[in-house]
Amino acid sequence: MISLASEQLIILAILLPLLAAGLIILADKRPNLRETITLITASIVAIVVTTLTMRVLAGERPAFDLFEVVPGINVGFSIEPLGMLFALVAATLWLVTSVYAIGYMRGHNEKNQTRFYAVFSIAISSALAAAFSGNMFTLFLCYEILTISTYPLVTHAGTSEARRSGRIYLGILLGTSIGFQLLAILITWSVAGTLDFKHGGILSGKLDPAYAGILYALFIFGVGKAAVMPFHKWLPAAMVAPTPVSALLHAVAVVKAGVFTILKVTIYIFGSDFITSSGASDWLVWFAALTILFASLIAMTKDNLKARLAYSTISQLSYIVLGALIAVEMSLIGASMHIVMHAFAKITLFFAAGAILVAAHKKNISDMSGLGRAMPVTFIAFTIGSLSIIGLPPFGGMWSKWYLALGTVQTEQWILLAILMSSSLLNIAYLLPISIRAFFAKPKEGPVYTEVKEAPLSMLIAMGFTALACIALFFYPDPFYNLALDAAKGR
Amino acid sequence: MIESHLSLLIVVLPLLAAPVVAVLPGGRLAWAISTLVSCSVFYLAAWQLINVSAGNVISYELGGWAPPWGIEYRIDAANALVALIVSGIAALTLPYALKSVIKEIPQRQHALFYAAFMLCLTGLLGIAQTGDIFNLFVFLEISSLSSYALISLGKNRQALTAAYQYLIMGTIGATFFIIGVGLLYAMTGTLNMADLSQRLPELYDHRTIHTAFAFIMVGFALKLALFPLHLWLPNAYTYAPTVVTVFLAATSTKVAVYVMLRMVFTVFGFSFIENTPTDELFLLLCIMGILMMSFYAIYQKDSKRLLAYSSVAQIGYMMLGIGLGSMLSVTATLVHLFNHALIKGALFMAIGALIYRIGSSRIEHFSGLGKKMPWTFAAIVIAGLSLIGVPGTAGFISKWYLVLAAIEQQQWFIVAVILIGSLLAVVYVWKIIEVLYFKAPNETSQITSGQNNIYVKEAPLMLLIPMWALVVANVYFGFNTELTVGTAEQAAKLLVPDEY
Repeated sequence: MISLASEQLIILAILLPLLAAGLIILADKRPNLRETITLITASIVAIVVTTLTMRVLAGERPAFDLFEVVPGINVGFSIEPLGMLFALVAATLWLVTSVYAIGYMRGHNEKNQTRFYAVFSIAISSALAAAFSGNMFTLFLCYEILTISTYPLVTHAGTSEARRSGRIYLGILLGTSIGFQLLAILITWSVAGTLDFKHGGILSGKLDPAYAGILYALFIFGVGKAAVMPFHKWLPAAMVAPTPVSALLHAVAVVKAGVFTILKVTIYIFGSDFITSSGASDWLVWFAALTILFASLIAMTKDNLKARLAYSTISQLSYIVLGALIAVEMSLIGASMHIVMHAFAKITLFFAAGAILVAAHKKNISDMSGLGRAMPVTFIAFTIGSLSIIGLPPFGGMWSKWYLALGTVQTEQWILLAILMSSSLLNIAYLLPISIRAFFAKPKEGPVYTEVKEAPLSMLIAMGFTALACIALFFYPDPFYNLALDAAKGR
Repeated sequence: MIESHLSLLIVVLPLLAAPVVAVLPGGRLAWAISTLVSCSVFYLAAWQLINVSAGNVISYELGGWAPPWGIEYRIDAANALVALIVSGIAALTLPYALKSVIKEIPQRQHALFYAAFMLCLTGLLGIAQTGDIFNLFVFLEISSLSSYALISLGKNRQALTAAYQYLIMGTIGATFFIIGVGLLYAMTGTLNMADLSQRLPELYDHRTIHTAFAFIMVGFALKLALFPLHLWLPNAYTYAPTVVTVFLAATSTKVAVYVMLRMVFTVFGFSFIENTPTDELFLLLCIMGILMMSFYAIYQKDSKRLLAYSSVAQIGYMMLGIGLGSMLSVTATLVHLFNHALIKGALFMAIGALIYRIGSSRIEHFSGLGKKMPWTFAAIVIAGLSLIGVPGTAGFISKWYLVLAAIEQQQWFIVAVILIGSLLAVVYVWKIIEVLYFKAPNETSQITSGQNNIYVKEAPLMLLIPMWALVVANVYFGFNTELTVGTAEQAAKLLVPDEY
């Protein structure tokens, strides 16, 4: 499709959104031009990333270093299947979210839209850069830029609630990353003498297996974006942001950057063999398992739709973390695929939540009785997303849960299998009642909604696309499966 | 011709400029000459650094008297780096000074201000260049006396008390130092640092040497505001004119840390220090300083005072490197010396720009200025991130080496302290940023500052350009560390020769 070298495409994918951020600021006073810039950039980036994906699937592994920061540590990029998978999800969904955001931001009369779009582009740029990072230092750099660039988005409303949430957001994410992750990186560097990602890890044979568990824990908890309890509070706090932010960043880019980092550390810093042989994750799996369970339980108690979705995200993220911690081939495939499947399903749910907010001005689930008849498209999409999260066929979410469960079977971790299964039941319990209530219950005031119409068209298109994608991914998960397989096998 | 006298010129140029500037009528001409001088000194310092970057040492004999009898300027990578910092900050502070000084200092004192500034520069550069400890004392006094004068020029009357407090503490420090120097001279008969380092090892067990060492350490601990001898610093930084705060915060404590390095590693030698409780004491004081001063900073209501307490905490980081006493840790100290000068310089300049516009340094008066002064705000954010140590900034490189040095010696407690210190920095930096970013311009009462932030404009270019030069440097040295880490490693090799 494009004849540029892959190295140039990587640079292009990272720089274009940055450039767009600058242009967006210049186009401050002309909203239509501004949104055109976003859409065009997002389309080009999606094409670029798709091209890269095809090359990576064909076996190409571009890698290069930009410059040396301190002796031995470079800012460098390389593509391996896992990063490609994350980048593909982020780039595709950025385009969809941009379409959605235009309808939402205008429909909801948000202020400071220029800042919103500009910072959004920067966040995407750093997420893509994280996906393409060639070593742990570069990944950490992008991780921190992502944290800081999303701060203005979280606090977009500027109210005292937003400010408080911003503090929690920054406090936990910066706190864990400086307090634990940086420390873990420094220990890795002083033990291994390198931070480059290498399949099979760089620590095996250099780190005393007795300490592997501690170092691994520093990484797991240092990646606050993965929201493993007890460092999960930032995610519900971040829900104060406008819905497109919650949708793309706090269901896809930011949180997936977190679990992506954990997968990277597992496969390319420790190496799955080293983790299983040293028993580094033996006690950590329980943190992930309990997070899956507790977050699901908490989700059931939340009446605010976005809060419920946030706790659902926390729970689903720990599926991925658990997959990484089990560290066998099946679980790694499941974890990688869950990045994709959960992304498409959860973004659909958030899109629907935003549409409900814009069209019906409802935030709480208890107020949504009967709303489904007024907004059928929105709630059908919501139902599809819910079913995919639950993991039923014919929806994409089934595949990732399937492989994750196989991983627990392979390692004979029966309790973990039971937790996975019971969590799926809990998913049913906290997601499906929303759709049921919307379609079959009677509204509180009056018999039916007469004034409420569907959300703006651009939002419906975006929602419809991701909902259909959830179905399509069941029948055709091949590109993502192949990437996940390659990543797990180290090809 | 110039090259052979390079080391001397760096000190003499501002010294000669001082009396010339003092007698000039009006501020502008005085400013122009001072700026010119400091820029040329910066150029010379860069030249000097290139000359010693290969690891060689320049020895300059003053007046042709051979050392150890005559005064020797002995330049290696450590001196050259410090001289570069001092002159570089001066060369950036002076362009910034023009507008700020007009606003903050009465017209009739302008010429004197620049003269005092030149003297202060002379003193600091002299300390960095000289290889003779008595000569060092002389330059110490030149820089100290001129800084007392500079601080007392502050607008508020508290500036006088602050200057007086500093005068008393500084004089005690200098006296202690000279007592120590006297004792060393009595024992060895020499004042030349290189010579001293040759003669001292055989006298290590002598009690007088220990006494001299104690006097010198305490004396300079006072000058560099090592916790708990820091009490003069917050007042001095808060009440001094902005320009003076920028300059002193970025240079004067750095030079004092450099002297510590020189005394500990060159003159006495770390093998001597290890047999005394000094290194443990340093570590203890640094840990306490980092934690307590960071907490203090969080609770400050005045931005300058907040940054001042943060500076005391940061001095703790630098001294940690000396306390750990390894090559890696000395590298970390020197790197942080350089980076912290960039960070605090940029932050104080940005705060100064806010003060320039609203006339107050209290954080609550900053509400809504983020929108009105976007460039200044962005500068505070980036420099603040650098202070925290976020990757991609100079501050990160410092933290990186410091933590590595602590890990190398398995000092896990110190590792934890450094990281906790960074987290506390997040809190106090964000305290300023939140007010700038969120509050509406008219949200808080403006009675005390006497004006409304709604009509505030962005700071003038003369303030923005030097500020952003430092901000860009903060980012640049976060990615390219050839100069900082490269030079610091060279210097560390010379200072800590035994290790590798």
